[in-house]
Amino acid sequence: MSTPATATTVRSSIVVEAPIERAFRVFTEDFGRFKPPEHNMLGVEIAETVFEPRVGGHLYDRGVDGSECRWARILAYEAPTRVVFSWDISAQWQVETDHEKTSEVEVRFIAETPQRTRVELEHRNLERHGDGWEGVSAGVGGDDGWPLYLRRFADLFAEEG
Amino acid sequence: MDALTALGEPTRRAIFEQLAERPRAVVELAHVLPVSRPAISQHLKVLKQARLVTDRAAGTRRIYRLDLDGVGALRAELERYWNQALAAYKAIVEQPTEEER
Repeated sequence: MSTPATATTVRSSIVVEAPIERAFRVFTEDFGRFKPPEHNMLGVEIAETVFEPRVGGHLYDRGVDGSECRWARILAYEAPTRVVFSWDISAQWQVETDHEKTSEVEVRFIAETPQRTRVELEHRNLERHGDGWEGVSAGVGGDDGWPLYLRRFADLFAEEG
Repeated sequence: MDALTALGEPTRRAIFEQLAERPRAVVELAHVLPVSRPAISQHLKVLKQARLVTDRAAGTRRIYRLDLDGVGALRAELERYWNQALAAYKAIVEQPTEEER
């Protein structure tokens, strides 16, 4: 389902049996129904997740007590083919208020047939979430693991030819 | 500058590979690479900004090493996150719509 892209990009894609308009609509309107629930940044249960359908809008969770957590900014909204939003969540799964330290997610919808749509997701610029890695590095400790990372890195270049 | 762009420059790539072997000080890098120490420091600055290397003081020297484990962990976690999300999305988007029922 996914292919390594670069060390600082995550790519994932899926083909769904649905027309492109429906694929786009479900992705944006029903985002809260399919996003993994384990990373709730509110202190309470999420009542709904709202994906505001416009550039400048937000993707946010609203808690059952009315509290809100705005964790993404909508950067592009081009129904039914493309949407881009920021990922204002730090490596520690806290809301990141410094936009310089946020990554972004682009989702493209491609009609393979009138009834089938390919959805390609790219989460890029992960290196911007840099602060806080020092803690992770210290936890790993020692020099073990570096050859593995280098090998992985080399594989990426090999793939790009 | 992003990580891949930073590594597009041959000398930086060579420095990166040297540091992948083991952490080193600038003087050690200057010893094995045909580049001046100020030039190496400049390249290290770029690699550090790209979050590819990190440094720490050891007496009067600074020791540089790769800084990829942090991004590797984050990347793995986000990969799991999105694969899970897209699988759940597929299940929902392929449910029969109201008019089809």
